[in-house]
Amino acid sequence: MAANDIALMAHLMRRAGFGAPYQELEARAAKGYEATVEELLHPEAQSDGIDADVLERYFMEWREMLAGGPNYWAWRMLNSHRPLEEKIALFWHGVLCTGSSKVQHAKQQLIEFDMFRRCGLGSFRDILLEISRDPSMIFYLDNCMSHKGAINENYGRELLELFSMGVGMDGQPNYSEDDVKACARAFTGWTLTTPVPRYPYGVYTARFIYNPDDHDDGEKTFLGETGNWDGEDIINIIAKQPATARFISRHLYNFFVADDVQVPAWQNTPPRDPEAIKMLEDEYFRSNYEIRAMLRVLFNADFFKNARFAKVKSPVETVVGTMRLVGDFTTPKPGVPALVAEMRYMGQDLANPPTVEGWHTGQEWIDSGTLVERINFTADQMGNINLPGVRAVIERLAAEGPTLTPERLVDGCLELLGHYELADDTYSMLVTHAQKGGALRTDADDFAPRVGQMLQLIASTQEYLFA
Amino acid sequence: MATNTQDHVLVVLQLSGGNDALNTIVPYADPLYLENRPAVRIDPEKVLPINERIGFNPALEPIKALWDAGKVAIIQGIGYPHPNRSHFRSMDIWHTCEPDKVGTEGWLGRAIRDIDPTHDNVLTGVNFGRGLPRALAVPGVPVASVGNLETYGVLTGIQGEDQRTEALGLFSNMYAPRLGRTLVKEYISQTGVDALKGADILNTAPQKYASTVKYGGDTVAQYLRNIAQVYFAGLGTRIMYTTAPQNSFDTHASELGKHTQLWQEVSNGVSAFCQDLQEHHAGDNVMLLLFTEFGRRVHDNGSGTDHGSGGIAFVIGDAVQGGLYGEYPSLASGKLLEGDLHFNNDFRGTYATLLERWLGLDAKPIVGGSFEQLDFI
Repeated sequence: MAANDIALMAHLMRRAGFGAPYQELEARAAKGYEATVEELLHPEAQSDGIDADVLERYFMEWREMLAGGPNYWAWRMLNSHRPLEEKIALFWHGVLCTGSSKVQHAKQQLIEFDMFRRCGLGSFRDILLEISRDPSMIFYLDNCMSHKGAINENYGRELLELFSMGVGMDGQPNYSEDDVKACARAFTGWTLTTPVPRYPYGVYTARFIYNPDDHDDGEKTFLGETGNWDGEDIINIIAKQPATARFISRHLYNFFVADDVQVPAWQNTPPRDPEAIKMLEDEYFRSNYEIRAMLRVLFNADFFKNARFAKVKSPVETVVGTMRLVGDFTTPKPGVPALVAEMRYMGQDLANPPTVEGWHTGQEWIDSGTLVERINFTADQMGNINLPGVRAVIERLAAEGPTLTPERLVDGCLELLGHYELADDTYSMLVTHAQKGGALRTDADDFAPRVGQMLQLIASTQEYLFA
Repeated sequence: MATNTQDHVLVVLQLSGGNDALNTIVPYADPLYLENRPAVRIDPEKVLPINERIGFNPALEPIKALWDAGKVAIIQGIGYPHPNRSHFRSMDIWHTCEPDKVGTEGWLGRAIRDIDPTHDNVLTGVNFGRGLPRALAVPGVPVASVGNLETYGVLTGIQGEDQRTEALGLFSNMYAPRLGRTLVKEYISQTGVDALKGADILNTAPQKYASTVKYGGDTVAQYLRNIAQVYFAGLGTRIMYTTAPQNSFDTHASELGKHTQLWQEVSNGVSAFCQDLQEHHAGDNVMLLLFTEFGRRVHDNGSGTDHGSGGIAFVIGDAVQGGLYGEYPSLASGKLLEGDLHFNNDFRGTYATLLERWLGLDAKPIVGGSFEQLDFI
């Protein structure tokens, strides 16, 4: 197997999933790159491997966790055999945001996150329709408080500003304040059933309901088109806008390919790679707005393959990626909430983004506070030589022969972590450090701790912050 | 008290989400208030009067006590021209002082740069909370961002003191500035260097702290306590910042109960912080600014209020000339701006006052122009 094939597979799996241990990379590389892309794009073709029934039956204390919330999601990301399904759900969660601080109902948000899993690779028009009917969203952005004759603009505005078109493109605004009002009017009557009271019956969820009596059926002009528009008409108009193609393409690029500037700057800042965005926009219209088709173009394009380590990992990617690598939490045990808390300390509170704009990405993940949290967490995990994934690295290196040179220790660790690449000066510092301990005898007692310490040091490099 | 704490300190508390000005300082005697707020109103009988026209929401009772002691400046009708009703854009404007274009530099980041142009102290500015608010962000200006003051440090999990010392030495070399790095990598390397320096110093603050004051368990109160700890430790920190989490003041719905709870937490936190300063004889050195990105719509929506303009801000401290500043905006329909309160004083005037009269800086380049200053200092 050519090292470059595995390095490319490591890149694909970091982006389309949460990274993978070396033996999985080898197996996937043997199947081939394009075949793996197709497999990832069709999660429905295989089991997710999450045996919720068993968890529920034999792990009573997990029942609450299985009701939803970030702990359950983290468990799925750690263990699902359909990595892209979880990754695309995370993508949409960062764009079509609801926050648990307001919704305060994990089971209700779980319905939304399941919708992202089910529909996240489908038509963007359908996704907008689903989210507009999603009870968590209707509550989060107060559409249930928007009435005929007394609109609440919150959902109408964010649908345009943050969910589909963005405020502007190429220096021009994409819509007016009147469009916002027309949009909000069209969504009046899109509301919730009153949920059964929480006590004493347990937690029930609300359902979407359309209330024709509270719907403003009057004539509206939206983006230049006049009619008695309902919410679905508005979504159909939104979906065909070039601004929408641009907005979604930039989001996919920023999430899967390389860090771009933050969303509020998109009106006036051209894309980092205009040609890549053009390819994605064209595919958006060609495929009738299908996200799966756009991602197929994306993952198979040179602009993607050449974008290794062009993104700062998000905290969720950092925590889940690290845990998948070290092979912990593959069977039920306590401690998942602590992993979720780590994500929060690093700046990403899963299921609860800071605002409806979602999380700022790229270098904005890193400040002197979050950097400390991130490095400490990854170093602690990767230095734990009892964890199966760390043991696998140690055993693989030990199998190379009775001794290992310091250079080979550094190179071997970098490869087995997924072909990480270090700047020359960082690399020589690590080699110099390894040389201080002399050549390594692979049967010596200090072999495993020395590998563990090298993994810790790699985890603390700047390069390891990137994916 | 170490001599460097004699320098004035500015503490900023950001009330994210758009605090409803009308239900904070309430125009309780104005019939238009009752008319516009059929559902989401503070009962005029319960308002704590400032004068015959306006008064405090009773949830602000602890702040009212500070007001009675002459320590509170209420900045009425604060805002900026052509108000933007998007949280993010409006907060960006408050953070960057750039109402016409998307700015990247924060006003306090610039202030920190001017206070300490040679980066002698990586703790000149400290943020409490996760992620740095844009107000503090200027590329190349170190600002420590502290999630948990008790456990702050780098590579704390490396076993053995010698090993940790060696790892920290390596870390320091790996993050040292080097030519030819991209801007992102330059930023990250500087962040690593600053984190290492800042952590070693900040760790000392909680151990040095002793106080009889009890703070609440909510995030705002706990971070105000951390701010007091860092200030009393005498680390030369001049600007400290924290944010009420989760955009919580965005009260589109169910406003009354939520808004009351938020202000009870904030008022109690501020009150405890001021008591702590008194106990440490440091009240004269610290000034607290409370701001939000916009006010809310004059007419309620039946359960909450939508995004508006014309907000309210507070400056609190022993050195503050207490009183009302700006004018309370009129609720008369002819005086409104698209259904919102009209601002009558630019927030950059309040910033400029704090920058020049409190921190002794030249405000003009920081806030981007000359704005009328207020006499609360």
